[in-house]
Amino acid sequence: MTERPFGITLEVGSSLANKTGSWRVERPVYVDRLPPCNDACPAGENVQGWLYQAEEGAYEAAWRTLVEDNPMPAIMGRVCYRPCETACNRAKLDEALGINAVERFLGDEAMAAGWELPAPATHPHPRRVLVVGAGPAGLAAAYHLRRLGHHPTLVDASEHPGGMMRYGIPRYRLPREILDFEVDRLLALGIDLECNHRVDDLAAAMADGGFDATVLAIGAQVGRRTYIPAGDSAKILDAVSLLHSMEGEEPPRLGRRVIVYGGGDTAMDAARTAKRLGATEALVLYRRTPERMPAHPSEVEEALEEGVQMRWLSTITAVQDGKLVVEHMELDDSAFPRPTGAFEEVPADALVLALGQDCDLSLLSSLPDVKVAEGLVDVGGDLMTGHPGLFATGDAVSDERTVTTAIGHGKLAARAAATWLEGRQWQHPPRHQLADFEHLNPWYYADAPKTLRPRLELARRISTFDEVEGGLDETHALFEARRCLSCGNCFECDNCFGVCPDNAVLKLGPGRRYRFDYDFCKGCGICVNECPCGAIVMEPEVG
Amino acid sequence: MIPAEPVKFYQVGSFAAGNRLLPAELRTVQADASRANSLTSGHRACQGCGEALGARYVLDAAMRATDGALIAVNATGCLEVFTTPYPETSWRIPWMHSLFGNAPAVATGVAAALEARGRSDVRVVAQAGDGGTVDIGFGTLSGMFERDDDVLFVCYDNQAYMNTGVQRSGATPPAARTATTEAVGPEPGNPFGQGKNMPALAMAHGLGYVATATVAELHDLEVKVVRAMEYRGARYLHVLVPCPLGWASEPADTIRVARLAKESGLFPVFEAERGEVTRVSSIRHRVPVENYLALQGRYRHLFGADGTVARPDIVGRIQALADANIARYRLLEGAEP
Repeated sequence: MTERPFGITLEVGSSLANKTGSWRVERPVYVDRLPPCNDACPAGENVQGWLYQAEEGAYEAAWRTLVEDNPMPAIMGRVCYRPCETACNRAKLDEALGINAVERFLGDEAMAAGWELPAPATHPHPRRVLVVGAGPAGLAAAYHLRRLGHHPTLVDASEHPGGMMRYGIPRYRLPREILDFEVDRLLALGIDLECNHRVDDLAAAMADGGFDATVLAIGAQVGRRTYIPAGDSAKILDAVSLLHSMEGEEPPRLGRRVIVYGGGDTAMDAARTAKRLGATEALVLYRRTPERMPAHPSEVEEALEEGVQMRWLSTITAVQDGKLVVEHMELDDSAFPRPTGAFEEVPADALVLALGQDCDLSLLSSLPDVKVAEGLVDVGGDLMTGHPGLFATGDAVSDERTVTTAIGHGKLAARAAATWLEGRQWQHPPRHQLADFEHLNPWYYADAPKTLRPRLELARRISTFDEVEGGLDETHALFEARRCLSCGNCFECDNCFGVCPDNAVLKLGPGRRYRFDYDFCKGCGICVNECPCGAIVMEPEVG
Repeated sequence: MIPAEPVKFYQVGSFAAGNRLLPAELRTVQADASRANSLTSGHRACQGCGEALGARYVLDAAMRATDGALIAVNATGCLEVFTTPYPETSWRIPWMHSLFGNAPAVATGVAAALEARGRSDVRVVAQAGDGGTVDIGFGTLSGMFERDDDVLFVCYDNQAYMNTGVQRSGATPPAARTATTEAVGPEPGNPFGQGKNMPALAMAHGLGYVATATVAELHDLEVKVVRAMEYRGARYLHVLVPCPLGWASEPADTIRVARLAKESGLFPVFEAERGEVTRVSSIRHRVPVENYLALQGRYRHLFGADGTVARPDIVGRIQALADANIARYRLLEGAEP
């Protein structure tokens, strides 16, 4: 008693005895949301995940995260149409992240450094799986089956693997040494490949080889034709054949004036290829308006930059020696093109038809339980056809015909097939709620415009088949990765830890994020408002 | 040393409390798991209290700058009441409270006692709300300034007497509703043309260091505390701390309101040495004052039921105050487009 100062009767206590958490009616909770880039990626890449690692310069770790889903980053970094960048929330702040450029940087780093793909797992009961078609879908399916410990056998009708990546995408977009490198690295995991092996009867092929399951990834190889009255000497070819023949010994002869009929990416590739083959004039004719062109805007823009000309609302009614008869169209009241009766003659040495592709499904004729609808193989959500154990993937089942979609599809087919081999049906894993821009607090992000990729000089570009787009150097790739907002997933910025007036956020250390101390959290919600990436929500207190 | 200029191109740069991509010494004290937590949990401040936040920010930074050799003197006010209901205390540093008006004089005495004992290593911080600073403690504070006693005086400005029920102070802004300036009559709320500009008064005393800050910019605030502790003699730091109770703003919006006070130009953030402004914190994304006012119930009488401005005359006069600050302190120079 006498130890205490005058007038003081109680020992000093700490306010920690006062559990202010009892004031709370709502509690903050950490969440993970699905970033728009991941959501948009047809290959199912964890884009934000590998960017997060690239941000701290851990490029090999980033590449390893990437190849969990996609074994061909250097190819993807060149040919993808970048739906991730279209979805990127950063576009609402300044400009979308150059995700694809970072992917290419990682892919090129891996090639230069010789990083190996992860070793296949050891499966207790490895199975043999036939994969028909060594395009992007078939290669991806074989890769993921092999990683799970199974033994895929790839067969392909062409001389070399790669499918449309080799026989459809011009060299100026995808140099063949890149393609060969990534395909060889993948095959080295222990995947058997038989080229020049055309499957005409799938039922027989499956039975002869004694396969436990089959993945059909034959792509869409047949160029669509349309009937046009033509003179004997008219030179008409389809774009698929043109691009395919670019891989042969002798480049095709097209002449000086080349007309391409169609409005898709293949039409752009064909026109740009014609330019490079020496055509002084490459003209794209399309029967509808520019807004309806299915080609990706970046492809159209690059074609225009290279001097490809375009005419919309035009149809070809006849082909004569050295010229075409073109009829002008106009839009009717329902915005549908209709003929006007106004004709024009356009000089032309060759006509290239780029009207889309169909699948050659004749190999399925011996399998009556496989259904075909509108030129595509009919499959369920697990990509299995009506024939048990036969999965179909890629262009044969999808109208969205890009390399990226095919790679994602191949992965899905592999996982579904592996699940089926264990006697279960594949279920899509649940998805987190989307991390919209509205969930972010953009104040916190440093302003930083996108780094433009260096481009080859235009003059050089149209005279050679050299690669058009350059890559980023390390400094720029790092800068680009660090522009990532980490939408919807904690990136340990310490802001919640800093802004809590009640010290009710506990910091758990690098990689371990934070925890709320509900003994003291009063539920003010400042942490929710001030979280840059929207990874905290308020939930009502129960009871 | 913490950079005064924002670090760019590192995802969140230096806008968030921490940043895993920055070296540890460039992150804030508040990002450090071993920060002092000078003001610990269990205090009885309202949800979303800006003053509790501001006091921890300032004292933790001062604790690091002085290597833990710090004594704090507190005036009467919310900060004293909500931290020390007898016999509990939320302070984890030596802390002293006497009366409402005498905190500067008590701090002077503590500093004199330390000097007499040759303890130049121990530093003194005095702290008060705006009432204890601009009104009740003004006489003793002016004396402390004038004698250049070795004390950092920190004013946590929430612009009224909040603890006793939101009465007007000499720091209450024009048109704000308080219990003593009700939103009635042709010119509702606090009158225009009154009140004191305390940072300017401190500068007029010729202090070595005067600075303003808000709880919305942590890096900036911590830099200023560290700078202040590099000086000897009287120093003054004025920190804007929104009060969800008195401002009738959402507790979750405390930092947002403080940010908009600065971004609108109503609260200029700057540093001054020997009476001259030496550095200003530029506006990053300028906003009209109504963005700031609309978040606060104390200005509700300026808006209609649909949230649009109902008193453009009064909002216009407040905007003119912001514009005058922007011109006077050149707040738009160096702003990002």
